[in-house]
Amino acid sequence: MIRLEPRLAPSRTMMWGTPVLAVIATMIAGGILFAILGKNPVEAIWTIFVDPILDPYSRDELFVKAAPLVLIAIGLSFGFRAGIWNIGAEGQFIVGAIAGAAVGLAFYGTPAIWLLPLMALAGMAAGTFWAMIPAFLKVRYNANEILVSLMLVYVADQLLRAMVAGPLRNPAGFNFPESRLFHDSAVLPLLQGMPGLTQYTRVHLGVLIALILVPLAWVLLRKHVLGFNIQVMGSAPRAARFSGVRPSSIVYICLGLSGALAGLAGLFEVAGPAGQLVPALPQGYGFTAIIVAFLGRLNPLGILAAGLVMALTYIGGENAQLDLNLPRAAISVFQGMLLFFLLGLDILVRYRIRFGARGIAQ
Amino acid sequence: MKLLKSLGLATALTLATGGVMAESHSEDPLKVGFIYVGPIGDFGWSYQHEQGRLAVEEEFGDAVETTYIESVPEGDSERVIRRMAQDGTDLIFTTSFGYMTPTLRVAEQFPDTMFEHATGYQRADNVSTYSGRFYEGRTVQGILAGHMTESNVIGYIASFPIPEVIRGINASYLAAKSVNPDVEFKIVWVSTWFDPAKEADAANALIEQGADVIMQHTDSTAPMTIAEATWDGLEQGETGIYAFGQASDMMEFGPNARLSSIIDNWAPYYIERVQAAMDGTWESADAWHGIDQGTTTIGAFNENIPEDVAAEATAAMEAIAAGELHPFTGPINKQDGSVWLEEGETADDGTLLGMNFYVEGIEGAIPN
Amino acid sequence: MMDVIGLSADLSLVTALSYLLSVLLPTMIIAATPLVLASTGELVVEKSGVLNLGVEGMMIMGAVVGFIVAVESGTPVAGFVVAALAGALLALIFGFLTQVLLSNQVATGLALTLFGLGLAALMGQTYTGIRPPQTTRLDIPEVSNFPILGDMLFSYDWIVYFALALVGAVWWFLNHTRPGLVLRAVGENHDAAHALGYRVITIRLAAIAFGGACAGMGGAYLSLVRVPNWSEGMTAGIGWIALAIVVFASWKPGRVIIGAWLFGGVTILQINIQAANLNILAIAAIVLALVTVVMIAFNLRTKSRQGWIRVAFLGALALLGWAMALTWPDFRLDSAYLSMTPYLTTIVVLVAISGDRTRAALNAPASLGRVFHASN
Repeated sequence: MIRLEPRLAPSRTMMWGTPVLAVIATMIAGGILFAILGKNPVEAIWTIFVDPILDPYSRDELFVKAAPLVLIAIGLSFGFRAGIWNIGAEGQFIVGAIAGAAVGLAFYGTPAIWLLPLMALAGMAAGTFWAMIPAFLKVRYNANEILVSLMLVYVADQLLRAMVAGPLRNPAGFNFPESRLFHDSAVLPLLQGMPGLTQYTRVHLGVLIALILVPLAWVLLRKHVLGFNIQVMGSAPRAARFSGVRPSSIVYICLGLSGALAGLAGLFEVAGPAGQLVPALPQGYGFTAIIVAFLGRLNPLGILAAGLVMALTYIGGENAQLDLNLPRAAISVFQGMLLFFLLGLDILVRYRIRFGARGIAQ
Repeated sequence: MKLLKSLGLATALTLATGGVMAESHSEDPLKVGFIYVGPIGDFGWSYQHEQGRLAVEEEFGDAVETTYIESVPEGDSERVIRRMAQDGTDLIFTTSFGYMTPTLRVAEQFPDTMFEHATGYQRADNVSTYSGRFYEGRTVQGILAGHMTESNVIGYIASFPIPEVIRGINASYLAAKSVNPDVEFKIVWVSTWFDPAKEADAANALIEQGADVIMQHTDSTAPMTIAEATWDGLEQGETGIYAFGQASDMMEFGPNARLSSIIDNWAPYYIERVQAAMDGTWESADAWHGIDQGTTTIGAFNENIPEDVAAEATAAMEAIAAGELHPFTGPINKQDGSVWLEEGETADDGTLLGMNFYVEGIEGAIPN
Repeated sequence: MMDVIGLSADLSLVTALSYLLSVLLPTMIIAATPLVLASTGELVVEKSGVLNLGVEGMMIMGAVVGFIVAVESGTPVAGFVVAALAGALLALIFGFLTQVLLSNQVATGLALTLFGLGLAALMGQTYTGIRPPQTTRLDIPEVSNFPILGDMLFSYDWIVYFALALVGAVWWFLNHTRPGLVLRAVGENHDAAHALGYRVITIRLAAIAFGGACAGMGGAYLSLVRVPNWSEGMTAGIGWIALAIVVFASWKPGRVIIGAWLFGGVTILQINIQAANLNILAIAAIVLALVTVVMIAFNLRTKSRQGWIRVAFLGALALLGWAMALTWPDFRLDSAYLSMTPYLTTIVVLVAISGDRTRAALNAPASLGRVFHASN
C-alpha cells in the first residue's frame, strides 16, 4: 500500500530536487513523443533545452519573453499566498496595455521624457482598477474573485478589439484593426550596449525593471509586515483576524498589487516589443503566469527561475520548429507534459511517500 | 480554366528560366524562410503559402534550403523573424499583415537579408510587399453567383472591414449585378479570420435569410461544409446551397456545393522571387498580381453550371488576364449615390488599396 | 418577411415572433448545445468542489477523437461515445494530478488545456479535409413540418435532446438521489464528508471523469454536427465560455440551459441582425416588449403593485428603444460590445447570488478549488 504522509516541514532537498526530476521525466516522455514523430529525440531535447542557453541571441530573448511572465507572477504570488485567487491577470494585462497605449497615442509626436512614466502610471492604474472590481465585489458582496476576474478577461479582450477597431485605430492604416506606431518617446528604450547582450538585443527597460522587482518583492514578502500579514492570512485566516489584520484590506492590497503589475506588464509589452496596440497583443501571459507562480512556489526567486524555464520552452520550441520541422502542436504537448510533471512531482516537497501499512500516528 | 493555370505557370517558367543561366554565384544553397500565421493544415491562407514553399523546393531542388514556422502569433513575431535572419536566411517571406512592423524592424538591422511581406503597405530597400488581386477572382465568382442564384440573395461572410475585404465585396456585387439586376447581397461581419463555429453560424444565418449562394472572405472551410450539408438527401434535380472555395480549392469539402474557388497561388511569385534572389537581381518592389500571373487562380467549375454561364465566366477571366477588362470599370457610383467612376473610367490602384466604401446598391453600412 | 422586421411600415408582431421562434431559436439551440453539454459536466465537477479550467482542452480532444472515430467507423454515435471516453480520460490526468498528487487545480487545468490543444492537433493532422457521416435528425414527418412549432421543437439531431435530457438527469441526480447528496456534501465541506466516511477522492475523480466526458461530447458536437469538419484549434475559446455559464447558472442545472442559450444566442443574434440588416435598437425594443408582455401576463395573477411599476418601466424602455430605432435607422454597434454583455451579465448574476450569504451557500460549493488530503 502506497500512501502520502505530510512532512513536518517542506523538504529542502525536494524543493530543488523535484524540478530537476520533472525536467528529466519530461525529457524521457518528450523523447518518446519526438521519436514517435520520427525525429531524433536527443537532438530535439537538445534543441529545446540547451541550444537557447548557448546561443547569445536566444539568451536575450529568454529574458524578453520571461519578463512579463515574471512580473505578473510576482504580483499574483502575493494574492495566492493570502488565498486570494486572481486568475484574471490576462484581463488586467490587456487594460494596462490599452490605457498605456491610449496615453502614448494622445501625446503622439510629443517628445517628452515624462511620457513613458505617465504611460506606465496609466497602465498600472488601469490594471489596478480592473483588479479592484473583483476585490470590491468580493469584499462587499462576497462574490468569488476567481470567477469575476476570469469574466473580466473576456470583457477586456472584447474591449481591446473594440478599441483597435474604433477610437485607437491608426487613421492612416487602411482600416486595419491596429493603432499607429508609437513615436520614439513612447517606446521603451532598448538596453543596447549593456554587457552580455547582443548587438541587436530586444531586451528593453521593462525587462530590467522586472528583474529589479524580483529582490524587492522578496524583501517585501520576507521582511516587511505586509508580507507577514499576507502569509498569516493564507495559512491561518482566523489567527490573522485576531492579530488585527483586516481581511478586506488584504484583499484590496493583493488584488490591487497583482493588477498593477499585470497592467505594467501589459504596458511594457505594448511600449516594448510591440511598439503599437495590436489585437494579437495578449499571448496568454496572464494565464501562463499563474502556472509560473506555482512552479516558482510563490517565491519571487523561484518565479524568476520558473519564468525563464517557461520562456525556454517557447523559444526552444520555435528553434525546434525551424531546425527540426517539429510541428507546433508537438511543442505544446511537450509544454503540457512538462507542466504536468512539475505540478505533479511537487507533492514530494510537502509529503513523503510511504510504503507498507499505516504507521503509528504522531 | 486549365488555360489560365497553364498561363500562370508558363509566365512563371519564362521568368524562372530567363535568368537561370545568369550566374551560379556560390556553392551554398539559397536559404529561404517562411513564417505562417496559422497552422499549415488550415486548408486556407497558411496552407496555400506552404504550397508555395513546396513549389519552390520542387523547382529548385538542392539549390535552395527552405525553412518555415507555423502558427506564429502576430504580437510575438519579431523574435521569430529575427531568428531566421540571424540564422543566415537569405530571403524571408512573412505571410501575414500583422507581421508588417516586425518585418520592417528586423529588416533595418539586417540590410543584407531580403524580406517579402505579404499584404502590407510599407516597404524598405530590402523589404518588398506582395499580394494578390483576388478581387479579379471575385468578379468571376460574382458572374457565377449572379447566374446560379434562384432566390437572388447572395450571402457574404466577411472578416474585417479592411480594403482587401471591401474590394472583394464590391467586385462580387458589381459582377453579380451585371448579369442579374435583381441580385441582393446580405453581408455578415464575423470579426475573425478563423473561427469555424462562428463562420458556420454565419452561413446558417445567411441561408435562413434566403441566401442560396454563400461567398466567404474568412479562412475556415466551415461555410463550405455547411453548404454541402444542404445537399444531403436531395432528390435528383434538386439543388442545395452553393458556395465558393476561399484561398484554397476546398473541393473535398463541398463536392456538390462548390461552384468554383479563388486559389491563392503563391507558387509563381515565390519561384520568381527566389530566382531573382539567386541571380542577384532581387529588388524591393510592390507586386500585385492577379489572374494574369496566376497568383489569383480560379478553381475548376462545378458541373451544374450551364455551359453558357461557364463560357461567360471564362471569357471574363480571360479578358481580365489579358488586361482587356478591369473589374472596376465605370460608370460606378458609391453607395451614397455620388459618382466614383465615369463611363469607361477604371479604378486606379491607389483607390483600390484604400477602398473604404461600398458601391451603389449594396445595403447596410461598413462597420465603423 | 425580413423587410418587415427591418422596420418598414407594415411591421407586424406575428411575423416578428415567427422569425424569432422558427429561425432564431433553432439556430440558437444548435449553437448552444456544445455549451450545454460542457457546462453541465463542469457543473457536476464544481459541485464536487473541484475547479477544472481545462474544459477547452477536453472539448477539442472530444472534437478530434469523435471525428476520427465517426469517420473511420461510419457511425456518428460511435464518435460521440468515444469522444466522451477520450474527454474522460484526459480529465482523469487532471484528476490524478489534483486529487492524488494534490497539485493546484487552477494551474493544472490551464496545463490541461495546453496539452489537449496540442495533442488534438497532432492526432488530427491527417483528418483535415474529410467530411464526417451525418448525425441523424429527429424527423417525424407530420410533426416536424408543423409551422413554427415544428421548427422550434422537433427539427434537431438527437444530441440536442440528449443534452437537454442530460441536464434533467443531472438535476434529478443532484437533488433527489443519495449519491447526489453525497457529491454535494463533498463539495460543500470535504473534511466533514470524509469524517462521515465518504470517499472524497473517489467521488471527485468520478465527477471529474463525468465532466470530461460531457466536454468531450460537446467537442464532438462541434466537429460532427455544427461545423461539421475537423480543423486545428476549432473550439476557438468555447470551453472558456462553458466555464462562465456554470457561474451564470449559479450552479443550477436548469439555468445552464438558459445560460448556454444566452451565450450562444448573443453570437447568433449578432450574426442574424447583420444578415437581416436589422437595427439592433429595434431588436432590443422587440425583446423588451416581449418581456413586458410576459410580465403583464404574470402580473395579472399576482397583481403586485411593484410588478406594475416594473411593467411600466420596461414598457417605457421598449418604447424608447423603438423611438431611437426610428430616429437612427443606420445605428451600428461594434459587435465587441455586444459580445461583452453575457460576461457582464454573469458578473451581475454572481454578485446577486453571492450577496445573500445564505442563498449563495445553497448553490456555490464552499470547497471549490480547495485541496483535500485525508491526513489522518
